[in-house]
Amino acid sequence: MIRDITIGQYYPAKSVLHRLDPRVKLVSTLLYLISLFLFKSIPGYIMATLFLFGVIRVSKVPFKHIVKGLRAVVMLLMITVIFNLFLTRDGAVLFHKWIFTITEGGLRTAVYMTIRLIYLIIGSSLMTFTTTPNELTDGIEKLLYPLNKLHVPVHEVAMMMSIALRFIPILLEETDKIMKAQIARGADLESGNMIQRAKSMIPILVPLFVSAFRRANDLAMAMEARCYRGGEGRTKMNPLHYKTRDRIAYIVVIVYVIGVFFVGRYVPLGIWIF
Amino acid sequence: MGRTMIQTEKLIYEYERRDEEGNVVGTSRAIDRVDLEAVEGQFIAILGHNGSGKSTLAKHMNAILVPTGGTMWVDGRNTKELEELWNVRQSAGMVFQNPDNQIIGTVVEEDVGFGPENLGVPTDEIWKRVEESLKAVGMISYRHHSPNKLSGGQKQRVAIAGVVAMEPKCIVLDEPTAMLDPVGRKEVLKTVQKLREKKGVTVILITHYMEEVIDADKIYVMDHGHIVMEGTPKEIFSRVDELKSYRLDVPQVTLLADELKKRGLAIPEGILRKEELVNYLCQLD
Ligand SMILES: Nc1ncnc2c1ncn2[C@@H]1O[C@H](COP(=O)(O)OP(=O)(O)OP(=O)(O)O)[C@@H](O)[C@H]1O
Ligand SMILES: [Mg+2]
Repeated sequence: MIRDITIGQYYPAKSVLHRLDPRVKLVSTLLYLISLFLFKSIPGYIMATLFLFGVIRVSKVPFKHIVKGLRAVVMLLMITVIFNLFLTRDGAVLFHKWIFTITEGGLRTAVYMTIRLIYLIIGSSLMTFTTTPNELTDGIEKLLYPLNKLHVPVHEVAMMMSIALRFIPILLEETDKIMKAQIARGADLESGNMIQRAKSMIPILVPLFVSAFRRANDLAMAMEARCYRGGEGRTKMNPLHYKTRDRIAYIVVIVYVIGVFFVGRYVPLGIWIF
Repeated sequence: MGRTMIQTEKLIYEYERRDEEGNVVGTSRAIDRVDLEAVEGQFIAILGHNGSGKSTLAKHMNAILVPTGGTMWVDGRNTKELEELWNVRQSAGMVFQNPDNQIIGTVVEEDVGFGPENLGVPTDEIWKRVEESLKAVGMISYRHHSPNKLSGGQKQRVAIAGVVAMEPKCIVLDEPTAMLDPVGRKEVLKTVQKLREKKGVTVILITHYMEEVIDADKIYVMDHGHIVMEGTPKEIFSRVDELKSYRLDVPQVTLLADELKKRGLAIPEGILRKEELVNYLCQLD
């Protein structure tokens, strides 16, 4: 069940996007997310859409795969729609019954917020689809490196992230095993009310934590045995260096952000939304 | 005789026992006056029942533990000296029991590169070493795979490659086959043998499977922290009753030969292989 979530999982393919420096992808994703809130008119949306679809094409990640990832967040989207739809009171009333009122403004906000959210999710999952977890942590480590001067343990945090990523599937499998073992011993995990079900999780969580600590202990020892002593004096198998394609990508993204800002603000075409 | 790789002298290690508040209430001796020597290029096996102190001894060879008494030298370096710590860990690589808990990378080749990265090896050289080590353990075609999708034996081979990439003079394997099926077990042992032949590394194999040690140059048997037997496989396996008293499972062939000998057949002591026994039996009239 948890394993079906495609969001955030690497999709191996050979595209320019896959080969880009992870720092470019991190910064660009952030810029794209910000850009979604820079405009308030239809031309802005058109530009953001074109840009997103362009990037999807370049990424060679099948569109179906991306949509599958969205299924995991349908609930979140529904909540957004409902809240915006019923709680915004703006403009002509379109529908009214008992305590439910839908206004023209509410409908508009709901539609546009949903689009923004979907774009936001697609945008960030495109980054994780095209970047391996290790590239990602490498990128974060290098981007945040200046924080080292402020005594933020950047290398250690990045190392923790990559180890966590490696152990997620192992711990999931272990949870599965423990659950089956407890069910075989007659544990009832399905029935009862919320509190009873929460209580029945205890015999699963306790062994899980014990085993996780044991693993952590073993792993720390194995790392030390292989001469791990923090980030200092460490070389990299894949050192990050910007190449021409990375510079071009930065320029493309910056041009897009500036473009969307001006188009959204000054092109008179279309209606203003807010 | 070559150079001495690993040597211990009256090695003692005591674990501290603590109460709930973390105060030391006593000590328990896991290793007691152990003398051991491994010469460069040798294959040394350490046998012993559960809790006999094998892992504790192994952790000394990598300076994960330092002796509470006596001395331990690895490649001529005293492991007690702090400035030698990283040299000791580089010259004696360690492979642990649980394959899942010693693989750090999310991709096979990344994991093999972890050790060299820590040593500060230049990038080009890391890639060269990764490729060589993966070839040496026969895992080169899995270089881009996720370790989670490998079998136990394959994971252990990756772990061995990770150690080989650090170019150690000595590899210490602490029950590397304990969690594997027979196929995986053979796979790992063959890999270790090949490494020894090709690279001339010293191998210290800790195990409680006796079948794994018949090719060893020397065997040490541990019990309750002591070394209770030492010698060549032939010498060790000719003392069947003594081995049994240390709760070790003697290989079936050796057991059979021993029983036959006790019944009066003229068979020499310390038979290790099936073919050997068949040979002697055929010579009888
Ligand atoms: N961290 C520890 N703290 C206290 N005592 C320990 C610790 N680790 C091991 N011991 C004790 O030291 C003794 C030797 O343990 P060790 O793990 O070295 O045995 P072993 O021969 O490796 O056994 P196994 O075959 O189970 O791996 C045991 O009696 C054990 O209880
Ligand atoms: Mg042990």
